[in-house]
Amino acid sequence: MSRAGEPFLEVNDVRKAYGAIKAVDGVSFRVSPGEIVGVIGPNGSGKTTLFNSILGQIKPTSGHVALRGEDITGMSPLELSRRGVGRTFQTLQVFGKLSVRDNLIAAAQEFRGSIASRLFAPPDAGLGEEAERMIALFRLQHVAHLEAGTLSYGQQKLIDIAMAFMRKPQLVLLDEPCAGVNPSLVEELRELLVTLNREQGGSFVVIEHNMDFIMRLCPHVICMVEGKVLAEGPPAAVQSNRQVLEAYLGN
Amino acid sequence: MNRALRPVLLVAVLVALAIAALYMKRSDVYLLTLCSVYLMATFGLNLTVGYAGQMSLGQAAFFGIGAYIAALALKAGWPFLVVLPVAAVACFCVGLALGFPALRVQHHYLAFATLGFNVLVFLIMRNEEKITGGTFGISGIPRPTILGVSTNGHVAFFYFTLASLVVLALVLWWLLRSPWGRAFAALRDNPIRAESLGVNITAYTLLAFAIGAACAGIGGVYYASLVEFIEPGPFHFSTSLMMLLAVIVGGSGRFFGPVLGTIIIILLPEVLRSSNLEALKFMQKWYLVFFGVAVVALMVWLPGGILSIADRFRKPPGSRK
Repeated sequence: MSRAGEPFLEVNDVRKAYGAIKAVDGVSFRVSPGEIVGVIGPNGSGKTTLFNSILGQIKPTSGHVALRGEDITGMSPLELSRRGVGRTFQTLQVFGKLSVRDNLIAAAQEFRGSIASRLFAPPDAGLGEEAERMIALFRLQHVAHLEAGTLSYGQQKLIDIAMAFMRKPQLVLLDEPCAGVNPSLVEELRELLVTLNREQGGSFVVIEHNMDFIMRLCPHVICMVEGKVLAEGPPAAVQSNRQVLEAYLGN
Repeated sequence: MNRALRPVLLVAVLVALAIAALYMKRSDVYLLTLCSVYLMATFGLNLTVGYAGQMSLGQAAFFGIGAYIAALALKAGWPFLVVLPVAAVACFCVGLALGFPALRVQHHYLAFATLGFNVLVFLIMRNEEKITGGTFGISGIPRPTILGVSTNGHVAFFYFTLASLVVLALVLWWLLRSPWGRAFAALRDNPIRAESLGVNITAYTLLAFAIGAACAGIGGVYYASLVEFIEPGPFHFSTSLMMLLAVIVGGSGRFFGPVLGTIIIILLPEVLRSSNLEALKFMQKWYLVFFGVAVVALMVWLPGGILSIADRFRKPPGSRK
């Protein structure tokens, strides 16, 4: 994938300070349409704060975020979701009392029609088939009717990710999709993300500590350390970067 | 229980109730009607608390607003079927207004905000004597005549109330099965995640409050007609507490939770009080003690309410092969 041309997401000199602590200290990067960008960095390097600043969970102290040229800095998560931005969270975030199927439908129903029209929509909001497709893709058939909160961590993680893709978002920010997931599932997850990227399109930004996963999934990798971008480029170049090795791999 | 059998069983219970009412003492029919009236309010509260996860200790205030609107309008000669939607819409609107603090605060803070609202409404009812009659209340509230049929008789009014309750329950059931029900549950289970998935937290929180309030308002209209005399007492916040308890004891977030809870909290003490049996007379004195202990025990061992017992006996999902 080429990095030339119009960027889909453009993050420009974003800063977020908590008092004297600069959690994100002037980060700039761009994501092309359909591109998968990886973000790596040691714990506390500001990756999640950067995500939250982009996604409206927190307001950046300064800097700008643009989506297709539109300034989206400081927009609420609701406004961003309406612009086709989805996300997954670092910690488990499913609707515990709803069935897996209902979790998936809930993830997309609010983008169909108006709030009043949804009152009179069929119970599955016309998303039953789409939910079944996603359930099959993530191999969740045997638990589809169970309450999501009763399932294992790995299964909930898959549901969480499937939910983010239900409404075919144009940009998805995934915060540590592999955390707590067993190694065989990690490979499956990577294949799923590649499939979704190919079939649904959309750009992904992925925070991850699993280096192997990032190196094999993302053609472009950003390494953050202490709130700053330390290195950026193809995975092999970033991995062999001397500063990255010192800061991240702890040599 | 087989799911297909449930509607059949429900209809059977309703028919049995209707037939039984013909052979019951007047006071017992009155109790059943009162229970149905409170159920309108607790069904609504279950939507707000159980399905949408918004704590509310102000349900009795809406119940009272509905009752006072009904008392004043019915005495002024308005037809019942006009008063009913007016009271429901009025409570819906007040519910929207009360929903606003809900957007700022959650859980026990929200409980206190709604409790404060209830206290305020109670004071207005007691002190604005020119409108509400103060502590003397409003008497001589007429029973309605529906489509030429008078509901003056105690059985006729029970039938009318029960039929209305069934209609209200069907509307709520349909609403909770629609995508709105799912959005309410999403709001309850994880508001942050819900918002990132396009759920308009503001709109659904307000709706959850307003719909619950409207149900209480409808209940209030039937209450005024049933007792024919209202004063502020029944709309004290202790009634809100009792309604919340009915929802939680029965099983909040379960459709029939409020039915069980309301029977236990409204009907049981009255049955014990009016009974002539020696064994039950003993219970009269000790009812509140037993009730208190039972609620504590329930919250410790069955926080999901009595209806969650069934879940205890189902296989946990991990055990299926």
